[in-house]
Amino acid sequence: MGLMEKIFGAGWGIHPADRKRPAADIPLRRIATPSHLYVPLQQHIGAPARPVVLVGQKVAKGQLLAEAQGATSAAIHAPRSGTIVSVGDITAPHASGLPVAGIAIEWDGEDRWHEPDDLPADPFALAPEDIGRRVAAAGIVGLGGAAFPSALKLNLGKRSGIHTLILNGGECEPYLSCDDRLMRDFARETVEGIRLMLHATGAREALVGIEDNKPEAIAAMTAAAAPFGEVQVRPVPARYPMGSEKHLFSTLTGKEVPADGRTTDLGVLVHNVGTAYAVQQAIRLGRPLVERIVTLNGGAWHAPGNCVVPVGMLVADIVTAVGLKQDPARLIMGGPMMGTQLPGTFVPVVKGTSGLLALTADEAAAGEAQPCIRCSSCVRACPVGLLPLEMAARIRTDDYAGAVDLGLKDCIACGCCAWVCPAHIPLVQYFGHAKGELAARDRAKLRTDATKRLVAARAERLEREAKEKAEAAARRKAERAAQKAAEAAAAAATADRTTEES
Amino acid sequence: MSAVPIASPHAHGGAGVSRIMAKVMLALAPATLYGFWLYGWPAIYLWIVTVLAALLGEATCLRLADQPARPVLLDGSALLTGWLLALSLPPWAPWWLGAVGGLFATIVAKQVFGGLGQNLFNPAMVARVALLISFPVPMTAWVAPLPLTAAGAPGLFDGLLVTLGSATQLDAVSSASLLGHAKAELSRGVDLLHSLGGHPLSLAGYRPGSLGETAGLLIAAGGIAMIVMGVISWHIPAAMLAGIALPAAIGHAVDPARYLDATTHIFSGGALLGAFFIATDYVTSPNTRAGQLLFGLGCGLLTYVIRTWGGYPEGVAFAVLLMNALAPAIDRLLKPRIYGRNRKGAPLPS
Amino acid sequence: MIAAVLSLTLLGAALGIGLGVAARRFAVEGNPMVDEVAALMPGSNCGQCGFPGCPGAAAAVVAGEAPPTLCPPGGKALAAALAEKLGIELDLSGVVDEGPKIALVAEEICIGCCRCIKVCPTDAILGAPKQIHNVIREACTGCGNCIERCPTEAMSMQPVPMTLQHWVWPKPAVA
Repeated sequence: MGLMEKIFGAGWGIHPADRKRPAADIPLRRIATPSHLYVPLQQHIGAPARPVVLVGQKVAKGQLLAEAQGATSAAIHAPRSGTIVSVGDITAPHASGLPVAGIAIEWDGEDRWHEPDDLPADPFALAPEDIGRRVAAAGIVGLGGAAFPSALKLNLGKRSGIHTLILNGGECEPYLSCDDRLMRDFARETVEGIRLMLHATGAREALVGIEDNKPEAIAAMTAAAAPFGEVQVRPVPARYPMGSEKHLFSTLTGKEVPADGRTTDLGVLVHNVGTAYAVQQAIRLGRPLVERIVTLNGGAWHAPGNCVVPVGMLVADIVTAVGLKQDPARLIMGGPMMGTQLPGTFVPVVKGTSGLLALTADEAAAGEAQPCIRCSSCVRACPVGLLPLEMAARIRTDDYAGAVDLGLKDCIACGCCAWVCPAHIPLVQYFGHAKGELAARDRAKLRTDATKRLVAARAERLEREAKEKAEAAARRKAERAAQKAAEAAAAAATADRTTEES
Repeated sequence: MSAVPIASPHAHGGAGVSRIMAKVMLALAPATLYGFWLYGWPAIYLWIVTVLAALLGEATCLRLADQPARPVLLDGSALLTGWLLALSLPPWAPWWLGAVGGLFATIVAKQVFGGLGQNLFNPAMVARVALLISFPVPMTAWVAPLPLTAAGAPGLFDGLLVTLGSATQLDAVSSASLLGHAKAELSRGVDLLHSLGGHPLSLAGYRPGSLGETAGLLIAAGGIAMIVMGVISWHIPAAMLAGIALPAAIGHAVDPARYLDATTHIFSGGALLGAFFIATDYVTSPNTRAGQLLFGLGCGLLTYVIRTWGGYPEGVAFAVLLMNALAPAIDRLLKPRIYGRNRKGAPLPS
Repeated sequence: MIAAVLSLTLLGAALGIGLGVAARRFAVEGNPMVDEVAALMPGSNCGQCGFPGCPGAAAAVVAGEAPPTLCPPGGKALAAALAEKLGIELDLSGVVDEGPKIALVAEEICIGCCRCIKVCPTDAILGAPKQIHNVIREACTGCGNCIERCPTEAMSMQPVPMTLQHWVWPKPAVA
């Protein structure tokens, strides 16, 4: 921290108690597969996948269930072998409790993998585009939380001149240790995945950023990366939100990402370490992303720790398998800072599920919101340099434009502001509300424009029809006139003849 | 689920409004207790009256606005306002001074603006200035310390009579505060080298003044304790004290007969109370560290200017109020830089 | 005395001429606000507000003859946009926004009379004589014109179901 930073307090973020141990130190467990799995068709940013299986069809583990649809989408695979029972709505792992389309599979009790077609003998001999294609086919999405399709990011590499790959092993959220566990137990595989990603993007070096509160993971990754000079492990100070893409990037490179740009503009691609492992599994073994490590933590679990959980497994089934000591005051998917409160337990685990926290009343943040005392703790905590108290005051009076002027769109919803707020003001909810409201207005605007086009088209149609009608009438009139004339002529002729005859 | 979902974050750092207020009160307690001992029962009664009046004002307004009064009263902000006001009054002032001040502070200076967090000016200082302008005589009637344990100190009952304003027979040694004395003598043409002979600066606070003035060292200790506890940062106090001390040191070096020295400035009047407890009020001070430095410096400089060249011997309250008015402008001027943007808010070049 | 009278007269004359020239020079034909407001409106000219089409409604809103909340299809969002445009304070808490609605054909009642098709401002209804009609959800503006025209009451307005993509965090209750 520089002198200026010390004087002016420009330090960002917070230092919450990490509460990762003892769960992080407990060996990885596999969880018993339940009888049914419910796989949502949308587990990623972008369009939902399109189902390619039929009800009643038998599928093998890893077989394609739904294919990517549109530019930003990801394929979905069967997490276990079994029979497709139904295709319909299931509760989304989302605070709203709204439904999402999904495929239900009844497990057949076997562990039969779908046979991959063309496993490469040497994955490093594959063309870079081929790696991107295989990653897309494996349905891999960013496992850090945003669930952005990974192949799209990898394919960016060649095009935008990526020279450095940053692997995000920050895992700055308290309670979570799934990435920690992955790096400890699968360091070799993860490093190979990183090297495959380097190969796919053409980047020269990879920096693995790991917070210094995970010495075991740092040691394991350093050892695994030792033979490969291009992969370097870089411990970073534990500080929330170090795992934010832009903040890890700045910590490791000393540069800053422009507000309207991405790290790729500066030649750096950021991926989660879990994604690297998934890439290795997909390329080396031909295994799509169908299961992941999930941290079970929080005071209400019987046995906190990390488990390998198939995608689509219901939280209710995990609760049955692991057991709860008490009814959790709050059930959260993800970390405590940015995670989602689950609407119930009939919700499936998805690719982006890093943890399931069953928090007791003591652990869960709760407090009546009080008036803001303008202590400005939030201003100092904000890692982006915003004025949360001012933005919330604007939003409270529906002044969304004012909030945008103050930088609402730069907010990363990390939750630092609400974490430090002594008045317990739900600042993140204010910002979430405003962002949603602004998006709704944008949609309404688009809709209005579309309506105007439709109205214009209708007016044009009516005009055309009227014109056609008029033309038709005129034609008929002309025809009738012609006919009349002909008749008249005929009558005249007849009359002539009659006259002649008479 | 029918209930409204709870938004993230699901963890909290544990800070709380009433906890912060409690820490401030804790930091204020030693100086207050020392002041109680120094000035005896009248000071205690005045403190009680002022605090009760502040709470009553707050409760009345909330009742009128049909809001529940209990949770707001319990957050401690009104109590603190009354407390700070009481510390800035002459300890033997009549009860109605405290009552009017306490009511004025919470009703006019706080609730009229919309309650906690909405007021532009520091309520305690607004009330103090209003009292000073409206009732200049009782507001400048300082008494020499008469400790509780001293022979002539008013007892439980006599003290009450002092506060009720009917204790004529108990003639305390009325006296001017150091700053007032210096200013009065200067205006008579007596320079400081002669006038201050009988008014040595007592760091133990054994001299006429308000509760918050005399126990300067304890106030400073409480302030430093607040910095250590993380309730306030060092920026405003340090900048404000520097803003007083620097010009004072320069002035004193130039002409010791006309300008008081820095130590006297710092330990006199409300400088320390103002720097640690008044100017640092969250609601009425800027948000950013840079803004707080500017704000503190402004408070200090204005205090010095008013004390030295203004009509009043003490200027902390005026200085803080003036800077309060500037705080929104400072906030506007010194916004934190947003990540990925320059100071003007435009995206950085890539 | 004379100097004062003269200077004031001159001043008055100069300013008066200036005003007169400005009034001619910068005269605005019609009220541009009406067009700007009309641009915000849904533009389906459905007539639910009681004014002749969206331009008529826009003129009425600008003239202050109608509140910004006059447009049912526009809902709360439009009301807020109009209020902002016109620079008026608007208390939206009293506005009941039932959310967007679109028309739905009850297939078992529809007789395929084609009357609804004729009144739909956006050509959002598909159908042919004696064939069951259908509403194109994306094109329906929810104006409700078709409801009155349906002889068998097969048309009804149904709320657009909330989806994950459209869900918005509720605004926190004010403490």
